[in-house]
Amino acid sequence: MRSSMTVVVLAVLSLFVASCGGPAPKTAQTPQAGLPEDALRIAQARGLTPDDITAALKTYVPSGKLDEYILFASGGHSGQVLVIGVPSMRLLKVIGVFTPEPWQGYGYGEKGTMEVLAGGTLNGKPILWGDTHHPALSETNGEYDGQFLFINDKANARLAVIDLRDFETKQILKNPNAISDHGGGFVTPNTEYVIEGPQYATPLGLEYAPLNEYKEKYRGVITFWAFDRARGRVDPARSFQIELPPYWQDLCDSGKRVSDGWVFCNSFNSEMATGGIEEGNPPFEAGTAKNEMDYLHIINWKRAEEILQNGQYETINGMRVIRLKTAAQSGILFFAPEPKSPHGVDVTPGGEYIVVGGKLDPHVTVYSFEKIQKAVAAGTSERDPYGVPVLKLEDVVEAQVELGLGPLHTVYDEKGYGYTSMFLDSAVAKWSLGGPYRKDGKEPWKLVEKLPVHYNIGHIAAAEGDTVSPDGKYVVALNKWSVDRFAPVGPLHPQNFQLIDISGEKMQLLYDMPIGLGEPHYAQMIKADKLKPFEVYPEVGWNAVKMSKDPNAAEPGRERVEVRFENGRRIVEIWMTAVRSHFYPERITVKKGDHVIWHITNIERARDASHSFALGGYNIHMSLEPGETGTVEFDADQSGVFTFYCAEFCSALHLEMVGYFLVEP
Amino acid sequence: MTKRLQAWLAEDPFRFPRAFFTVASWLLLLSVLFPYWSLTLMAPQYPRGLQVFVYVTHLAGDVAEVDNLNHYVGMKKLNQAAQVEKFLAPLAIGAAALLASTLAYTRRRWAAVLAIPAMLFPVIFLGDMYYWLYRYGHNLDPNAPLRIPAFTPPLFGVGTVGQFKTVAQLQVGFWLAVAASLLVAVGLHYRRVIRQALEGNSALRIGPITIFPGGAT
Repeated sequence: MRSSMTVVVLAVLSLFVASCGGPAPKTAQTPQAGLPEDALRIAQARGLTPDDITAALKTYVPSGKLDEYILFASGGHSGQVLVIGVPSMRLLKVIGVFTPEPWQGYGYGEKGTMEVLAGGTLNGKPILWGDTHHPALSETNGEYDGQFLFINDKANARLAVIDLRDFETKQILKNPNAISDHGGGFVTPNTEYVIEGPQYATPLGLEYAPLNEYKEKYRGVITFWAFDRARGRVDPARSFQIELPPYWQDLCDSGKRVSDGWVFCNSFNSEMATGGIEEGNPPFEAGTAKNEMDYLHIINWKRAEEILQNGQYETINGMRVIRLKTAAQSGILFFAPEPKSPHGVDVTPGGEYIVVGGKLDPHVTVYSFEKIQKAVAAGTSERDPYGVPVLKLEDVVEAQVELGLGPLHTVYDEKGYGYTSMFLDSAVAKWSLGGPYRKDGKEPWKLVEKLPVHYNIGHIAAAEGDTVSPDGKYVVALNKWSVDRFAPVGPLHPQNFQLIDISGEKMQLLYDMPIGLGEPHYAQMIKADKLKPFEVYPEVGWNAVKMSKDPNAAEPGRERVEVRFENGRRIVEIWMTAVRSHFYPERITVKKGDHVIWHITNIERARDASHSFALGGYNIHMSLEPGETGTVEFDADQSGVFTFYCAEFCSALHLEMVGYFLVEP
Repeated sequence: MTKRLQAWLAEDPFRFPRAFFTVASWLLLLSVLFPYWSLTLMAPQYPRGLQVFVYVTHLAGDVAEVDNLNHYVGMKKLNQAAQVEKFLAPLAIGAAALLASTLAYTRRRWAAVLAIPAMLFPVIFLGDMYYWLYRYGHNLDPNAPLRIPAFTPPLFGVGTVGQFKTVAQLQVGFWLAVAASLLVAVGLHYRRVIRQALEGNSALRIGPITIFPGGAT
């Protein structure tokens, strides 16, 4: 039966392919000739169902063809960002962010990258990993513009800036007043700010206070990092924070279009539980789930800018902070009840609705921005213990849609549907939006379809799904567990990214991609042609961190070694070039104890002609892309003969691209 | 139209060759802005190929990359070739163009020699180009990583070096210079025809136009 079904599908597909036309490949079997004869045999031998075959045809990207979308996924605990092609689900790149990355020579001596990583130190303590959570592509008018990517590190409350001209990390910022974060990075519609929402409350300003002073001293703090697009850097001086009650704020999302100027964050510990299972207290997992309602935080950041202009802020650890009392009293901060321990908060493409996933509640709760505005204007006498106005749920809710167990995050398509990840159900729920999104006459605010995924889905990403104009086409389920989906590789299982086709009436699961280096949280998917990265650096002698010509770029013919004394110490400074297949010069002699400053310029202009600089015994490795200048600086503290070589297989004479580093005793 | 042209030429028949000389001078000057010759190299790892464009004044294109590859066989850097020629070329072309246009304003018989530089320029270019190709292919550094027998890269057409397929082609600049050369030749021809007609006091035919010397029609 199955094989006869396969025959039918293959026949139908061959008709489809034949009618497609398109440029015929110059292989033996042209589309006009139908599918190759052995296709059916292969399908039978491999036990492929008709659905498998369509899934294969929808995802296979032949050699030389490029993917339609690029998925930027957090690398989870790896502290990195993964770049993945869609629909092929091929891993294109791993970008080192919070964690040193050897291949890119990120954090192994190259000065610029060491400085970037040093931006994330806390009180002088280097932190060389991160728990990357939410990548955020820069936006212009609410559309991804393909210029920058931001990502937060939950474990240490840090934010990183990646320049998409070269897909490299340019800046890491340590939040001066928080130790953990979660609701970041999310950008405002023109990337005025990158938002870093808090997570676990701690005393403001990284101070100490005992847990019995939790209500008085512990706080959340939401950070608005001001982004200077021309410089490609966050400007801490123009950034600000708003102090929040210690309710453990979770995810955030920016308003857009009608709700531009606002930010929405949820929270899950309005109980202000402080744990202490060992002392007979309810553990956090129960203590934070006691109340039926938590608070959706509704924040007017345009109003906050005015308050800053008025000087109503305090500077704490160098950061302007609008205190909680000011925020509560001056129309910056409002609360609306939300079913207990919610998770995602996702603004619809037009900005009209805010959808909050219930997590422990089987609904998504849909808030109307228009109703929120009315309720804010009407005023409310209800206050939380910190004096923050609390709007009535019935005044601001538009709908509650029952989806099933464990609704978390919602993304949108172009046809007026939401797709919510269902953690406990291990499913993606497709449901109909209402209001302006419902033009097809179908019933609004209703579950339409549920597709099982494998397993324990966390976030979900859709093609341009966070923008003002989602593309539909694909969603990717970011599953926490893979259990039996991949060949066993020991008790630590890969994560499972599942590609789902949402272009048709029914969702179709297309492909499983194992992630073997961390637990990605969130991902964003951008149309590939919006990205315009460099093929080679624009000029020879390029400093990839500063994104400009490096004053220490060595030119061919002007390579040199200079020795000078500073405070009685010998400094050896080297200006070297690298080209297929040699370094110039090839012999460097120093004395033990010398301070060595070593600049190397890859003078290549050919695409992909990268060189690297590996210095054995000194923990040094740089990657030098065509045109790039890199610098390492170190003390020659071990005498002996060392070799340096190009660790990239750059040419047929790659093994010969080597030199001696002689350290005289 | 024809009548007006006839009247105009009858006034001074040398206006006709003069037009050829003037246009030829401008074309020759214009050719400086375009490549004369190009070499395209195709290899698997360069899907877009590599191209070097030879102008009379400079080189352009993937010169650095080609130099980089050439160093493996010990070939000199391309920009070191023909430095004198590249320096002199604008002066030579300017002079040739000036002489050719001077020709437009003199009726002296000996002045025909002024046409020689402009007419010969394309041939001189090709000769010089061949000389440098030969020299580069025959002066390979014996200490290079790879040793290959001396050779002359083809001036036109297809060749093979290592994994590279090469295609050498003449480019727009060269063809402008050839056009200039031909226009000068045509101009010289009519200059002679007109002078002979004037000397012989016979009627002068240029296409549909007939001119009688002395302005009679």
